[in-house]
Amino acid sequence: MPECKYDWPAADDRHLIGTRISRIDGPAKSSGRAKYTLDINLPGMLFGKMVTCPYAHAKVTSVDTSAAEKMPGVRAVQVIQGPGKEIQWAGDEVVEVVADTEEQAEDAVRAVKVQYEQLPFLVNEAVLSKAQSANRAAKPSATTQGDPEKVFNDPDMVVSEGEYGIPVIVHCCLEPHGHVVQWTGPQNMRSYSSSQGVSVYPAQFAEALNIPASNVQTICQYIGGGFGSKFSIDRWGVTTAQLAKQTGKPVKYLLQRSHEVEVAGCRPSGFARIKVAAKKDGTLTAWESDCWGTGGPAPSRGLELPYVLRDIPNYVSRFTSVGANIGPARAWRAPNHPQQALLTMSALDDLAAKLNMDPVEFFSKNADLAPQNLGKVYREELQKAAELAEWSKYWHPRGDKTPGHIKRGLGVSIHTWGGRGHASNCQLTIEPDGSVTAELASQDLGTGTRTVIAIVAADTLGLPVEGVTVRIGDSHYPYDGPSGGSTTVGGVSSSTRRAAVDARDQLFAAVAPALSVPADQLAAAGGRIQAKGDSSKSLTWKQACQKLGMKRIQTHGKNPGPCPDLISSGVGGAQIADVSVDTETGMVKINRMTAAQDCGLIIDMKTAESQVYGALIMGIGYALFEEKIMDNVTGRMLNPNMEFYKLAGIGDIGELKVHMMTGPGYDERGVIGLGEPPVISPGAAISNAVANALGARVPSLPLSPDKVLAAIQKGGMA
Amino acid sequence: MERFEYASPKSRKEAVGLLGSEWGHTEVIAGGTDLVGAMKDYAVTPKRVVSLKHISDLRGVRVRSGELHIGSMTTLREVMDDHAVKQNYPAVYEAIEEIHGEQIRNMATAGGSLLQRPRCWYYRLGYGLLAERDGKSMVSEGDNRYHAILGNSGPAKFVSPSTLAPVLIALNAEVALDGPGGVRRIALEKLYTTPTEPGQREHTLRPNEILTEVIVPHAAGVRSAMYELRQKEELDWPLSTAAVALELSGGTVRHARIVLGHVAPVPWVSPEASQAIEGKTISEETADAAGQAAVRNATPLSMNGYKVQLTRVAVKRAILKARGA
Amino acid sequence: MKDKKKKVHNQETGGVSRRDFLRGTGVAVSGAILAGEGTALASPQEASAGIRGPGEVPVTLRVNGETKRLNLEPRVTLLDALRDRLDITGSKRVCDRGTCGACTMLIDDKPVYGCTVLAIEAEGHDVTTIEHFSKGGQLHPVMSAFVDHDAQQCGFCTPGFVMACIAFLKAHPNPTQEDIKKDLGGNLCRCGTYAGIREAVMQAAKTMSTGGSSNA
Repeated sequence: MPECKYDWPAADDRHLIGTRISRIDGPAKSSGRAKYTLDINLPGMLFGKMVTCPYAHAKVTSVDTSAAEKMPGVRAVQVIQGPGKEIQWAGDEVVEVVADTEEQAEDAVRAVKVQYEQLPFLVNEAVLSKAQSANRAAKPSATTQGDPEKVFNDPDMVVSEGEYGIPVIVHCCLEPHGHVVQWTGPQNMRSYSSSQGVSVYPAQFAEALNIPASNVQTICQYIGGGFGSKFSIDRWGVTTAQLAKQTGKPVKYLLQRSHEVEVAGCRPSGFARIKVAAKKDGTLTAWESDCWGTGGPAPSRGLELPYVLRDIPNYVSRFTSVGANIGPARAWRAPNHPQQALLTMSALDDLAAKLNMDPVEFFSKNADLAPQNLGKVYREELQKAAELAEWSKYWHPRGDKTPGHIKRGLGVSIHTWGGRGHASNCQLTIEPDGSVTAELASQDLGTGTRTVIAIVAADTLGLPVEGVTVRIGDSHYPYDGPSGGSTTVGGVSSSTRRAAVDARDQLFAAVAPALSVPADQLAAAGGRIQAKGDSSKSLTWKQACQKLGMKRIQTHGKNPGPCPDLISSGVGGAQIADVSVDTETGMVKINRMTAAQDCGLIIDMKTAESQVYGALIMGIGYALFEEKIMDNVTGRMLNPNMEFYKLAGIGDIGELKVHMMTGPGYDERGVIGLGEPPVISPGAAISNAVANALGARVPSLPLSPDKVLAAIQKGGMA
Repeated sequence: MERFEYASPKSRKEAVGLLGSEWGHTEVIAGGTDLVGAMKDYAVTPKRVVSLKHISDLRGVRVRSGELHIGSMTTLREVMDDHAVKQNYPAVYEAIEEIHGEQIRNMATAGGSLLQRPRCWYYRLGYGLLAERDGKSMVSEGDNRYHAILGNSGPAKFVSPSTLAPVLIALNAEVALDGPGGVRRIALEKLYTTPTEPGQREHTLRPNEILTEVIVPHAAGVRSAMYELRQKEELDWPLSTAAVALELSGGTVRHARIVLGHVAPVPWVSPEASQAIEGKTISEETADAAGQAAVRNATPLSMNGYKVQLTRVAVKRAILKARGA
Repeated sequence: MKDKKKKVHNQETGGVSRRDFLRGTGVAVSGAILAGEGTALASPQEASAGIRGPGEVPVTLRVNGETKRLNLEPRVTLLDALRDRLDITGSKRVCDRGTCGACTMLIDDKPVYGCTVLAIEAEGHDVTTIEHFSKGGQLHPVMSAFVDHDAQQCGFCTPGFVMACIAFLKAHPNPTQEDIKKDLGGNLCRCGTYAGIREAVMQAAKTMSTGGSSNA
C-alpha cells in the first residue's frame, strides 16, 4: 500500500476546522448586495409571464394567442401545451409570453384564450378507498420477513395499533424557480439560474436546445432556497431560452408566487395503518404496516417502513402509490425520511405508552435494530438530548395530570441519513504574490459551502480564512455535483483538501532549498512555512510564495479521490420536543426543541449548528402549520400564497437547543453531510409530545386546532 | 393587476366627485394593504383608483366632547400610539396589537381596516364573493375550514376579516360617511351587511361615498377587552375573536355588548352572549355560559365545527380579560 | 412587428425609462402609446383632481436621498419600480402580497411592505432601502450582528429582516424577547434563521446603545 498523504489533520493541528467561523458571504447577504437570479437585470432585458391551467385534469382544446400578440410591448408568445395536450395538475404551463415590462407581459397573459375539456380528477388521497374507487391506487408492493402474524397472536406480546398521516407539503422557496437567459452567439447561451446544480444545468439546456453543452454557461452566485426542488431547468427554462433566442434579447422568467407554491414541488404524503408488537420488557418483535401516499400524478417510489429500527425480526410492510392531480413531486429535504419518521416513531411511541415505558428508554433499548452499527450513536444522542431537554424533570407518562387547560408534554424521535460526497473537482491556485483561489462549479444553498471550502483550504495552507478566495456558482469552473442528499460538504471538503495538500506540498518543495530543510520536514501554520519543531527556520507565506518566481502552483483535487476516504456516510440523530397544548382551543405551542446530532468531522461549527437550528424550525412548520390544501370542488390548491400556506414565524419556535456530537468516535469518521438529517425528526417528536401531553394521539400532521380538538374529544384527557 | 388611472383629490368633496355610482369602476385606496393585493389577484379591477392620501383632514385622533374621533386615514400604528386610545380604549389597542406585522400597522388605516375585503380563498382565486357554481356554494361543498359558523344560512359563507370592527362595534362606535348628498353618520354595526346576490358587497358604503371618521363614544366606566385565537403567533388570520364591552356595578354586569369576529360574514353582534352575562357576577362559569350562548345557534359547515368551540372560548376569555385577571 | 417597434420608439416621451437606466440599446418602452388613453374616465373638471394614467406618467421618487425621475403606470408598485426600473434589488419580491416582509423598506423612516405600496403613492416621501445602510461598504451594526450570529442561510429574507430590525431597534432600543415576538413578527424565513436573528437583535441593541458605529 502506498502511503496516503490525504487525511484530516489531528485535532491539535486543526486551527480552523471545527471552530466557529462566520460565513464568508454573510456581509454580502446581510447588506443586500448579494445578487440572486431574481436580481439580475440585463440591458434590453424582457420579462416572461406564464399562462397556467386552472384545472386539475384537462385536455387543451384550443389556444388563441392572437390578441396577446398584438398587445403593447409584447415581443413573443410561445405555446407550450397546445390542443390535444392532457394536463395533469392545475397550474401547469400552457403559454409563455415575453414583453418589455412585467405589467405588459401580465396583460398579455390575460389576453390569451385557452379552452379546455375538463376531465375527472383526484386531489385528496387521505382516504385510500376513495382513491381506489377512482382507480388511482396502484397495486400494493410488499416486503416481509419472519412471521409477524404469529407474533401478534402470541399472548405474551404487547400489541399496539394506530393510524397516522403526514400530508403533502411544498417547498415554498423564497426565491422562486427561474432563469435569466441571454444568448451570447447563435449557438451560445448563458443562464443565470436559481439552481442547486450549476454543473448539470448546461447539459440540460444543451439537450433541449440542441446545442453543444460546452456552449452553455450557468451562473448562480446566490440561491434563495432550494431544499431539493431546484435540480432541473424545468419546462420554463427551455421555453425562456427559446424565447430569448427568438427575440434576440435576454429574458427573465421567474415564477410568480402562486405558481411557485402550486407547482414547484410537492413533498409526497404518507398515511399508514400500523400494528406493532414488543415483549413486555420493550424488545420490539413484530411490525405490520399498510401505507399509502401520493407524490403527484406519477407513481411514487414508496415509503420504507419501519424506519431506522429496520431489523425488527418479523415484519410485513406494504405500500400503495396513489396518483393524484396535485402537481409533481420533488425531493424535499431528506426525501421520504420525515414521512417515514412520523409514521414509524408515532407508532413506536404509542407502543411504548402501552408498555408503560419511558420512550427514551424504549428507543435506547431497541437502538441496535438500526443498521450501520448506529446503536451506540443513538444511545449517546438520546442520553444527551434527554439531559439537555431536562427529560427526567419534565417527562411524565401519557396524559398531563396537572389541573387546568394547559397540558405539557415531551416527545422523542430518532432518524438517520446517508451523506458521503458527490463528485467534486477543486482547482486550487497559489500565485507567486501569495494569493490563493479555490474554484469549483458548486453552489452555496445557504448551508455555508463557500465558507467550508475556504476553511479547508486555509487550514491546510496555514492561512486565515480571508487568505483564500473561493469561486463557485459558475459552470465554467471545474465540475461539481448538484447539492442534494447532503453530499456537498463531503464532496467539496474532500476535493479541496486534496487540492490544498498537493499545492502545499509543491510549495514546500519550492521553498525547501531556501530554508535548507527537506520538504517533508516543513509545516504550514500561522501564515508561515517553517521547519517542523524549529520556528527559526521559517518564511512568511508571502516570502514563501515569492520563491515560486514566475510560476504559479495549480492543483486539482478530486472526490472521490485516492486513498483513504476523507468522508463517510450514515448519521443518527435524536430530538426531543417539549410542547404545551391548550385543551380548550387545540392550540399547540412549542416550549423547547432539543437536538443531538452527529455528522462526523465538523468543518464549521457555526454553520453546522445553523443547519440544525434551521431544520428544527422548518420541522416545527410542517408539524404545526404546513399543508398543501387541495380542493375537491375546483381541483386547485386553495393556499398558493404565503398567507394560508403557513410558515413558522419568529414567535412560534420556542427555545432551541442544539448539541453537535464531536470528539473521539465522531471526528475520525470523516466529513458527513448535515443538511437533511435534522429536519427528519421534528414532526414525529412534536406529535409524540402532543400525545404525551394529551394522552391521545392526533393522527395526522399538521397539528392544527381542529384535529387536536377532535383527538381530545375522542379520547384525550381534557 | 389591471391598469387604472390614479386620482389624488385634495378634498373630500373632490374625492366623492371622482367616484362612480356603481361598484366596479372605481375603488378608494387608503393604506393599500388590502386593495393592492386584491387588484393583483384581480378580485377587484377598478378603472380608477381614488387616493385619500392628500386629503389632510382625514388623519389623526382627537377627543371632542368626550368622543374619540379617529380619522379614517390614521394608520393603525398612530391609533395605537394615541394616548387617549391607550388610556380609555384598551380593547382597541389590544386589537391592533394582534395585527402583524409592524409594516402593516404603519401602512394600514383605520378606515381601510374596517372596509378590507374578505380573505375567502374562493373569492381570492376568482370565484366571486359568494363562490357559487351551478347554483351551489363551492364553500359548502369544498374546503371551509376557515369559513363562517354563524350567519351563513344564505349564500355568503365568508368571514368578515376586520379585527378592529368587532371591538369598535362593542364600543358602540359610529362612522361618518361623505357622499354626494353630504355627510351621514351611522352605527358602525350598520356598515356591514351580508350579501345575498352576486355583485353585492359586504358593507353598506355606497360606491360614491368615502368613510371619513370613526367616532367612539365616551367609554368611562366601560371595561373593554378583546381575545383573539389564531394558530400562529404572528402573520396569521384569526380563527375567532371576541370583543366585549362591559358596564359593571358592584361586581355585577349591568350591561354587556359582545361582538364576534371572523366567524360570520359580518362582525357578529351576539345579544345571546350579552344576555347570558348581564346581571351576573363574572366567573369562569358565567363567562363560559356566555360563550356557550354565543354559539348556541351556530351552524358550522362540513369542516369548521372546531370554530364553534374556539368562539365559545374566545368569548369566555374576553370577558375574563375585561374583568381583569 | 419591426415597424411597430420603431414607431413606439419615436413616440417615447421624456423622463428616465427603465430602458435608459438599464443602459439599453435604445429599445423603447411602449407605454407611451397607452398614455394617450390616460384620460379615459376623466372629464376636464376632473383633470384638476390630479388624475394620472392609466398609461405611463412621470413619477418622481426620492430613494436613499437621491431623486429619481421615472415614467410609470400608476399600477406599478414601489417594489417593482425599484427592482425593475432602478436596479435597486436589495428588497426582495417574495409573497408579493404583504405577508412575508422580504420587501421591507422604510417610508419616512417607518418600515412598510414595498410590494403593497403603489410607486405613485410614494411621491413626496423618503424611501429608504437596505442599500442605504451599507453605503461605502461599511456594515450597519444590525448587518454585522446578522453575520456574527449566522442569522442568515440562503439570505433571501435577510435584507427584509435587517430592515425590520433596524426599524425595530429604533422603537425598542432595549428589546425583550416578548417585544421581538410582538413587533418583529412581520417577516418570514424559510431556512429557519430565527434563532440567530433573536440573538443578532440583542447584540445590535447593545452595540448601538454603546455608540457603535452606525450610519442610520
